[in-house]
Amino acid sequence: MTKAFEPEIVAFCCHYCAYTAADMAGSKRLSYPANVKIIRVPCTGKVDPIHIMKALHKGADGVYVAGCLEGDCHFKTGNIRAAHRVRRVQALLEEIGWDSRRVEMITMSAGMGERFAQTAREFTEKIRELGPSPVSRAGQEAGRQAVS
Amino acid sequence: MITAVRKPMEEIIACVAPYDRILLVGCNECVSVCSVGGRKEVALLASALQMHFLKQGKTMDIKEITLERQCDPEYVEELVNLTDGADAILSMACGCGVQTIAGRYREKPVFPAVNTTFMGASERQGVWSERCQGCGDCVLGITGGICPIARCSKRLMNGPCGGSSNGKCEIDPNIDCAWQLIWDRLKALGLERRIEDIMEAKDWRTSRDGGPRKIVREDLAS
Repeated sequence: MTKAFEPEIVAFCCHYCAYTAADMAGSKRLSYPANVKIIRVPCTGKVDPIHIMKALHKGADGVYVAGCLEGDCHFKTGNIRAAHRVRRVQALLEEIGWDSRRVEMITMSAGMGERFAQTAREFTEKIRELGPSPVSRAGQEAGRQAVS
Repeated sequence: MITAVRKPMEEIIACVAPYDRILLVGCNECVSVCSVGGRKEVALLASALQMHFLKQGKTMDIKEITLERQCDPEYVEELVNLTDGADAILSMACGCGVQTIAGRYREKPVFPAVNTTFMGASERQGVWSERCQGCGDCVLGITGGICPIARCSKRLMNGPCGGSSNGKCEIDPNIDCAWQLIWDRLKALGLERRIEDIMEAKDWRTSRDGGPRKIVREDLAS
């Protein structure tokens, strides 16, 4: 029996906003998909293109970077830098024939628990529609061959 | 530093597509500083290539290494135990590094992953500008520290030309007129009379007109 596709999603979340918003979502008992694996970063400015690419290369079906609202970065421009880097990765994905929608930059404030949960749901749904990434598809096929 | 930009992925992919095992070599010097061929960029390109080929159903074996300097034989020698396991070498160094590898490992095809661009300086984070063309006979001492060869579009030695307008060059309003910069600098130094000294026709034999150049330091080479 074929298992329904459950995307693996990595979310790089800024300590000062999105990570706290995730906490807020938890406190408010707001549910969001378990597909989203959160990696806390001190600022989204710390997220390098290589972190995003390695996540995809290791099998993540989608990656998003969640930083502070524009103008609200604790380190002034970390979220702006992150947005540029996300655009760079999106361009690179286009160049290698991948769907650039697998990577996204999202902003929110620490108090936006609802937005965190909603974003997690929406992004998961989007990736579910896009299907498994070429890496996870190759992994699934290798697994099927090993079983048969 | 020597600056470079990464080649389009399409071109890199076409170079390595016939092979299964690639040795991807970065350089810790200039290309690392201009964020195009250091350890990070090597890792990024390795992932991008593997992800591309995986989509095509092919597993590409890519070994990553970043040398201290690719233009020095001593460092390039570090690849000696790695080349056997590779069908081709992909270099992220400038043209000097690519050629040093190609000269040492003659049995392996070597491909450049970057386009070497110019000798330049960093203006600010992420912005580099051409500053030197290696003419072999530096005139910066008489032009107020601004090079008319690298920074004047026409490489004029007695400028400015009629295309200088409001301090900008006629070929692009974003390019400063080098001779305006020279004038401003000389004036600030109280040396504006120098602008009237006519520079004689430049002897380009010290530049590329003399063919490929070589420096031999007898005290070091012997």
